[in-house]
Amino acid sequence: MKMTLRALLGATALFTLSGAAFAETTEITVATVNNGDMIRMQGLMDDFYAKNPDIHVNWVTLEENVLRQKVTTDIATKGGQFDVLTIGTYEVPIWGKQGWLVSLDDLPADYQKDDLLPAIAGGLTVDGHLYASPFYGESSMVMYRKDLVEAAGLTMPDAPTWADIKKIADATTDKSKEQYGICLRGKAGWGENMAFLTAMSNSFGAKWFDMDWKPQFDQKPWADTLAFYLDLMTNDGPPGASNNGFNENLALMQQGHCAMWIDATVAASFVTGKDSTVADKMGFALAPDNGLGKRGNWLWAWSLAIPAGTQKEAAAKKFIDWATNPDYLALVASKEGWANVPPGTRTSLYSNPEYAKIPFAKMTLDSINAADPTHPTVDPVPYTGVQFVAIPEFAGIATEVGQQFSAALAGTTSAADALAAAQDLTTTEMTKAGYIK
Amino acid sequence: MATQHSRIAARFMVAPSVGLLFVWMIVPLVTTIYFSFLIYNQLYPDRQGWAGFDNYYYFLTDRNFLQAVWNSVVLVVGVLAITVIGGILFALLLNMPFWGQGVVRVMVIAPFFVMPTVSALVWKNMFMNPVNGMFAHIAKGLGLEPYDFLGHAPMASIIGIVSWEWLPFATLILLTALQSLDSEQQEAAEMDGASWLSRFIYLTLPHLTRAITVVILIQTIFLLSIYAEIAVTTNGGPGTASTTITYQVALKSLYDNDVGGASAGGIVAVILANIVAVFVMRMIGKNLEA
Repeated sequence: MKMTLRALLGATALFTLSGAAFAETTEITVATVNNGDMIRMQGLMDDFYAKNPDIHVNWVTLEENVLRQKVTTDIATKGGQFDVLTIGTYEVPIWGKQGWLVSLDDLPADYQKDDLLPAIAGGLTVDGHLYASPFYGESSMVMYRKDLVEAAGLTMPDAPTWADIKKIADATTDKSKEQYGICLRGKAGWGENMAFLTAMSNSFGAKWFDMDWKPQFDQKPWADTLAFYLDLMTNDGPPGASNNGFNENLALMQQGHCAMWIDATVAASFVTGKDSTVADKMGFALAPDNGLGKRGNWLWAWSLAIPAGTQKEAAAKKFIDWATNPDYLALVASKEGWANVPPGTRTSLYSNPEYAKIPFAKMTLDSINAADPTHPTVDPVPYTGVQFVAIPEFAGIATEVGQQFSAALAGTTSAADALAAAQDLTTTEMTKAGYIK
Repeated sequence: MATQHSRIAARFMVAPSVGLLFVWMIVPLVTTIYFSFLIYNQLYPDRQGWAGFDNYYYFLTDRNFLQAVWNSVVLVVGVLAITVIGGILFALLLNMPFWGQGVVRVMVIAPFFVMPTVSALVWKNMFMNPVNGMFAHIAKGLGLEPYDFLGHAPMASIIGIVSWEWLPFATLILLTALQSLDSEQQEAAEMDGASWLSRFIYLTLPHLTRAITVVILIQTIFLLSIYAEIAVTTNGGPGTASTTITYQVALKSLYDNDVGGASAGGIVAVILANIVAVFVMRMIGKNLEA
């Protein structure tokens, strides 16, 4: 009895020792969003483990807003829960400037930094340092029903103006058949209606702030933007648009209620997918402009970054290199086909003849290239970001402004009152935050 | 009749659990109060220190504050009215003997087990949507213009959704109370010639008061913290038409990352909730003293 116990103990001790000596496994925790491309990556981890047997990855998968909240809290309180973060183009410039992220300038040569799309890389670079590696990127574009536009005797240009959009929307609206010329976001939120409206306002020559951080909602370009949006949506939009976000509009489009929809480029794969009743009738065009040199399309990239202060920087970098390397795109293509490759990050993907066969590939690339996060507006501004202003206060302010604009769309307040309220609340918040002296 | 000794012993016996409950309550409360006096914005780690009453000042003078208080009151009172009255009617109905009673009772209670986010999504997209919703189809079938519920009557729509979720709870509590109603008393009153209405007012309703009190108290606690239904359906809009105090606090912490401001808002909400509780207790609380 005693002998057995002793032998067992000895064996355990030996086993522990040998275990420690052989595999120095580094565990890293990756916080990520619950979208399709990210979930797909988790299924392909065997390839990563084959190349990096000494690293083990734990996943924390969360819904977008929850992820943002958790990661912000973790990084602000130096909680150290995560070694790799999935963050968007809104957070990267702010956090990079705060010194919260590890620079990714020293990734290995086969990462091919120069291959990243310039517009995307520009949005993730602060003072010349790349602070996050893009996993997938998107812009926005016009998705339209070729059959309806044709039936109205019109053609959609590849690069339409807002006047073209208005004309086509008027001609394709038939409310008796529940067919609406245009579906746009109206639900309040900085990532909902304000993402669309801010991008749209750029093409009207509007801006959030002038060089002295003074809010510009009392200026004519914003009044023009809102008036055009309200006129378009009231005459040609679906009822209840003030509560429609991405998902609601997607449903309307897939069921054939909309002739046009201006939204994220990733939606192209859904409206041409198997859930869509109009999959074979879809055409794509660049987001509209007003001849002022800026288009009304946004730019977003879910990207991987490393929080400053992690003990496992080397392992985290190996993981980011694997997940956003050109080889990863090839890996996904070989296992799941080119249509499922995370889009919008690399030039080489779009020069690939296999990928070019996908109907919306070219328009996605053109849309991304048409956005410039470092010079988003017609006039010079003190901020970066296309459909957002890369300052920490923006999410809060834009959500409240979004409420005002959504009320204007619902008709419970006038455009002038909504703009006045937006100007007033933005001025208050910016004064409180110390931008306006 | 408890003796002096046994009462003292009883107090010692319950002391640990009371102490635990007290700690359970006081630790988060004190932390929140502490945060509410700090300059604490997660996005500005370099700005630190005591804020004094600034956080409270900003929250109370916020342009949305009064509207948010009003919306909270409308939400709570509206849902309480619907669920208590509807609950009594449902309970009376379900208390009658009919075929398939057991199945119907289970079905009536079912909405209570649907998660708030799910039921809000179902209501928003399958019922209230002016293009695809069922109400829109019915309106069109009758030759009417579909009504944009969440756009034009956001608060009423949210009250409707929340009432649907909470009606089963009220029904359940009131039904159990009804089942303990003495049937001999009812029969006696009936023989004396009391009408159905008088029997309801003088026998059933007084019997139900304690159950109604429980329903009102418990529901008020939960209704004051309604968040998911608003976030899913309207995001507090259009404008601020459906922004409640709870939602306002969430906006502060979620979008502004302003822990200090959100804590101050939370404390304000606690104070307001206590004021409401005092009134509710005064009005109906005496029913709870046996």
